[in-house]
Amino acid sequence: MTLPLFPIGEDPGPSFARLLVGLGPAPSPLPQGAHQLLPEASRGLRGVVHGTTIAAVRFSGGTVVAGDRRATEGHSIAHRGIEKVFPADRHSAVAIAGSAGPAIEMVRLFQTQLEHYEKVEGTPLSLEGKANQLAQMVRANLGLAMQGLAVVPLFAGYDLGQRTGRIFSFDLAGGRYEEIEFHATGSGGRDAKNTIKLGYDPEMSERRAVELVVRALYEAADEDSATGGPDPLRGIYPVVAVVDESGYRRLGDDFLAEAFAAVLEAGRRPPSIERGAAAARHDTGGSARP
Amino acid sequence: MSMPYYVAPEQVMKDRAEYAQKGIARGRALVAASYDRGILIVAENPSKTLHKISEIYDRVAFAGVGRYNEFDQLRVAGVRHADTKGYSYSREDVNARSLANLYAQYLGQVFTHEMKPLEIEILVAELGPSDSRHQLYHIAYDGTVVDEVGVTALGGDAATVTARLSQAYRPGWPLPEALSSCVMALAGPERTLAADDLEAAVLEEGHERRAFRRLQNGELAELLRGGGVPAGEPSPLASEGESVPPALPEEEGE
Repeated sequence: MTLPLFPIGEDPGPSFARLLVGLGPAPSPLPQGAHQLLPEASRGLRGVVHGTTIAAVRFSGGTVVAGDRRATEGHSIAHRGIEKVFPADRHSAVAIAGSAGPAIEMVRLFQTQLEHYEKVEGTPLSLEGKANQLAQMVRANLGLAMQGLAVVPLFAGYDLGQRTGRIFSFDLAGGRYEEIEFHATGSGGRDAKNTIKLGYDPEMSERRAVELVVRALYEAADEDSATGGPDPLRGIYPVVAVVDESGYRRLGDDFLAEAFAAVLEAGRRPPSIERGAAAARHDTGGSARP
Repeated sequence: MSMPYYVAPEQVMKDRAEYAQKGIARGRALVAASYDRGILIVAENPSKTLHKISEIYDRVAFAGVGRYNEFDQLRVAGVRHADTKGYSYSREDVNARSLANLYAQYLGQVFTHEMKPLEIEILVAELGPSDSRHQLYHIAYDGTVVDEVGVTALGGDAATVTARLSQAYRPGWPLPEALSSCVMALAGPERTLAADDLEAAVLEEGHERRAFRRLQNGELAELLRGGGVPAGEPSPLASEGESVPPALPEEEGE
């Protein structure tokens, strides 16, 4: 290894991705044409680990970002404790849905890029600059996405210039869209989004926002088989992080255990309804769905 | 066509060394000292944006004296080296020793093979794990590396500054005391330095992954006011430094 010095015309500047290219082919995360090497089988999303529901909500002092802990491989559960929400830097968070492999690699590259820029330039990127960087990485993944290895991130952070929380969503082609209030994506994203929509209030406190996100993840897990709910047996709870003026902060499992218990308690139905439903099935001779 | 004159290699090296030393001696000094929770680096630098002290990685910091463009190029190369290494292997595989060796190689190479040696001296500091000592690698313009213990000084008049600081140094001293001693060592008996004339940063053991932190936004002034030598242990420097009125601002050298 030698000191990475470049002639003036070839200097990669503060871009870590360009630095990797400048240093040679070895460490590039998404080599050109790599997607052509994938077997056709991966087009059907089989044999590839997938992460699912992620959500972000804006509240008066920042944003709350959350993701469930399940990864699936076809119809099987691949992991129960995978994490999909990461700190991107001190004042932003990135959550991922889609193929876990390329997604986690993208997060690693993104985190390194933000820190690299900050150190080389002596000042951090603006929040919008960070979102644009992530959009470029999603666009670079388009080839893999067309083969079924899609990565759909969600980016949220606290804008120190505008003094507010901001959320950005992305599409496969690298489109970057700012969300005013909230967003959720992944296989259970629709259910999560509907739940948030019903309870959303732009002036709500951090605590209310956290409760709303917890409820949304619970509802998503209730409807979507690829989304994991709270797992008190193993002590696995979704990752919920708050990004505000003081920075990124992940909430503790003890707190989340209580929050999910409260959701369960509120959703408990009188036992007579269940008994009534079972009796109805018995009368018609039909069998309950598994 | 004229024949090139023969110049003895000893003479060439001596001339280059003299040239580099002269360039470095024009700049202000920089000191580093270990304290109870990490490493403190202090430089005389009136600019708030052109830094002499910077972050390289989670537990590694860089400091340079001499020509700004030359050491800043090396700083960026260090950040690039550390980030690519941490990205391709793991964050814990990045260390100051390998970076110091790369710097030494490069400086040595330039010193022997190029027309002009680099007029810089650099420091690579790494916060050690709690059970072992911190590392301070002092790298000279010709590629000489010195693994310093406790304190070190770089730049103009480094020998005098080191002598002053070593006299005051005691292992495990707290940050305010370390800071005031560093500042007195930089200032010498004839001057006093205020927070505005200084740039300071620490590599500090804490909750954060990135241990590097600049002392700024009044924190430095606050520490300088509240710091000083604990009662009952007068420093030989305290009386000298404080009784003298502040010197007029001097022209900043290269």
